[in-house]
Amino acid sequence: MAQFNLNINGNSMNVDVDPNTPLLWVLRDHLDLVGTKFGCGIAQCGACTVHVDGEAVRSCSYPVSVIEDKKVVTIEGLSETGDHPVQKAWLEHDVPQCGYCQSGQIMSAAALLKKNPTPNDEDIANAMNGNICRCGTYTRIKAAVKTASQSL
Amino acid sequence: MTLIDKKLNRRSFLKVSTLAGGGMILSFSWLAGCKPTAEEVLTMPDEWFEINSYIKIGENGAVTLFNPNPEFGSNVKTSLPMLLAEELDVDWKYVFVEQADFYPERFDRQFTGGSQGIRSGWKPLRTAGATARHLIVAAASQAWNVPADEITTNAGTIEHKSSGKKAGYGEMASLAGTLEVPDPESVKLKEIADFKIIGNSKKNVDGIKIVTGKPMFALDHKVEGMKYAAIVHPPAFGMKLKSFDKSSVTSLPGIQDAFEVKVFKDDYSRNFFDTTTFPEIIAIVGNSTWEVLQAKKSLKAEWEKAPESTFPMAGRGGQAMDIKVPEGLENSSSHKEKMAEYITKPGNVLRKDGDPEGAFKSAARVLERTYSAPFLAHNTMEPMNAFADVKGDKAIIYAPTQAPELIRQTISSSLGIPLENVQINLARMGGGFGRRAYSHHLTEAALISQKIQAPVKMVYTREDDMSAGVYRPTYAATYRAALDGNNNLLALHVKAGGIPESPIHANRFPAGAIDNYLAEGWQIESNITIGAFRAPRSNFIAGAEQSFLDELAEEMGKDPIDFRLELLKRAETNPVGENNDYDPKRYAGVLELVREKSNWSSVPNGVSRGVSAYFCHNSYVAEVVDVSIKDNQPVVESVFAAVDCGIVVNPDAAANMGEGAIVDGIGNAFFGEMAFENGAPTKTNFDKYRMIRHSEAPKKIEVHFVDNKEDPTGLGEPLFPPVFAALGNSLYRATGKRLYEQPFQPQIMQMENLRM
Repeated sequence: MAQFNLNINGNSMNVDVDPNTPLLWVLRDHLDLVGTKFGCGIAQCGACTVHVDGEAVRSCSYPVSVIEDKKVVTIEGLSETGDHPVQKAWLEHDVPQCGYCQSGQIMSAAALLKKNPTPNDEDIANAMNGNICRCGTYTRIKAAVKTASQSL
Repeated sequence: MTLIDKKLNRRSFLKVSTLAGGGMILSFSWLAGCKPTAEEVLTMPDEWFEINSYIKIGENGAVTLFNPNPEFGSNVKTSLPMLLAEELDVDWKYVFVEQADFYPERFDRQFTGGSQGIRSGWKPLRTAGATARHLIVAAASQAWNVPADEITTNAGTIEHKSSGKKAGYGEMASLAGTLEVPDPESVKLKEIADFKIIGNSKKNVDGIKIVTGKPMFALDHKVEGMKYAAIVHPPAFGMKLKSFDKSSVTSLPGIQDAFEVKVFKDDYSRNFFDTTTFPEIIAIVGNSTWEVLQAKKSLKAEWEKAPESTFPMAGRGGQAMDIKVPEGLENSSSHKEKMAEYITKPGNVLRKDGDPEGAFKSAARVLERTYSAPFLAHNTMEPMNAFADVKGDKAIIYAPTQAPELIRQTISSSLGIPLENVQINLARMGGGFGRRAYSHHLTEAALISQKIQAPVKMVYTREDDMSAGVYRPTYAATYRAALDGNNNLLALHVKAGGIPESPIHANRFPAGAIDNYLAEGWQIESNITIGAFRAPRSNFIAGAEQSFLDELAEEMGKDPIDFRLELLKRAETNPVGENNDYDPKRYAGVLELVREKSNWSSVPNGVSRGVSAYFCHNSYVAEVVDVSIKDNQPVVESVFAAVDCGIVVNPDAAANMGEGAIVDGIGNAFFGEMAFENGAPTKTNFDKYRMIRHSEAPKKIEVHFVDNKEDPTGLGEPLFPPVFAALGNSLYRATGKRLYEQPFQPQIMQMENLRM
């Protein structure tokens, strides 16, 4: 066990965990930030996507020990009231079905738009390919990313 | 700033919550600058009045509607309350929706599956809404001393025009709640033409919670003192636990205990949804998910081959029968060999019309094709998990389940506590697709909690989930058509089976459309467990049948849509045989609609298209898939779907569901496959089990609904089965090669220089 001081959603948070603990489980079990989901544990499905220093990363495969002073943003910290352009676009297109993968999808989309505010279809497919949606909402996700892009 | 006086009334609360959000000055200017809107006022009734099991009305007119059915993504939590709201005649803006817990004494059919949510809720929920409205009107009649039939309602207000009396529902709610409930048969439902909510798209009531990551799933649940549990199950079908070394994990950090969990009592007669691959598993309990997942890797366990065994299954009339679990470590290669053998043997005759044998003897030509598809894993994005808190003779479960009623019996038996002491609270499910109709995970968590005498959250890893069975079966179907010298269809023969069940629906199209028809089934036993998977059996047989009809149409020199319409005309005007369980006119209707919407006869340049149609879950669907070939790979350009599911309650959500089913079908047709070596699944995570991803999804999907006034029928499943053939048929036109075996992708990879 070791002490870690983390910067999460702009707040300083302390945890005492095994240094190998993935960020995912630190968020979910220790900090009660459960919007970030567990899907595969091997960075293949994207349900656990968060931002670390603005980059979309798979928190299930990201040990807490390497975070150091990097800034972590989770779905809970993407906006204060759910009004990030990506979240608004998701609501406008009524994207979710079961909803389980969607926080990961939204975090991937937000990271994409930060780097590339006007992605084309191929850019969207490339950036979002790591996020599986078992319900198959891909066409709506694409439409929502485009809507968000226009409102940036 | 955060001081909230609980005794303050609603307006004060609003004021205080505004302070909490924006600080003193802001809130002051907010209060000075604008009055709270009706919606804001309505968020906090002082008092709620229960009108019936499904409906509560606040004294201020706010309305809470309860969604009885478990939500797994088909949006019943929005669309079922729409049925209530329509007949209650309230403004959807003022409606709050809550998930009802499992409460069979109050709610009907708390089950999600079989695409029956809306169909079976259609009359009961509308009646519940209309009854509540009736009570509100009766209360107003009493309060105003005017005849009830002179009172009108509109969007949550009641009015007696001639006397000028007007009130909100909330003002009558407390009196309404005390009145005698009328006989449901006497309650009048609205005319379709008067619908204001049904047929008008409403957004997912949980949309904001989903996009902001609020806790909604059982996996997100946490209570004080809760422990975490992981499970370890045998590594293969046909294996069982021999022994394990508890000390291999209990010395690890954060680990409290490890023990064997026996899911069923020995004398318990299982029900149909009690499917469990491994009735004996090991549980590891500890202080955090990560610690128990780590301990799984260190656990020293010995496994042994399981001999043939039986378990009692409750039959109809209470008689238990023994179900056999064969021994052996099975392989996909030997499955294929066995299936090839059964294809050549006579099957069980399921339907016979006319003289098929004679017709085949006299045929000038016989077209024979065999189709096959592998086992599939459901792979819900949220792995199996459950929260359980068992104390004394009471159990509280919070878990993702499609079928709480059946598992409650199991839990009661396994825990040895009375049925009525098992409370199952329904979590939103991170996908279901049939998998969570089998709810052994609830029993497992309950037994773990009982053993450790503490609340526990048990979670499967993806590997546990994918290798725990309850798969879609593997199937094969052989179709034969007899043609005379003039290319007329004389007879059709289908023989289809699988491991361990046959996919045949013997009375469905094309039965009824062909004079000489024979359907046979066969099955091969196995210890690999299976379960319902989005449109069970249909999800295979539709692809085989509709691929065969496509090839047959080509052989006969006919347009594939015209050919199907000819057959359906025959079934409509002069049906063959009895018990044909489809309506040929509605079937033809979706083919005609998809022909129009896809602009069938003018195929865009560089595009190849295929069509397919199918009937299941009381609904009719026709689909056209357009593919192109880019960099030697097929690209799905567009999908057009035409759907007849009667009245569409929530059109945009219905389209979403349809789009999802189409993507699901395309993914499984291209990639879906579970295989076995020595009883062990060859794929246990998404690195090997290929799921459809963004770049492989259709670029465009259009879902069109037949506009009719029929009562609503199924929607979650019917768009799934026809995609397989529509895709296969379009790939044939793109590549010149018919695909008989799913998944398609490995065969496409072998095609060189795909033609355009």
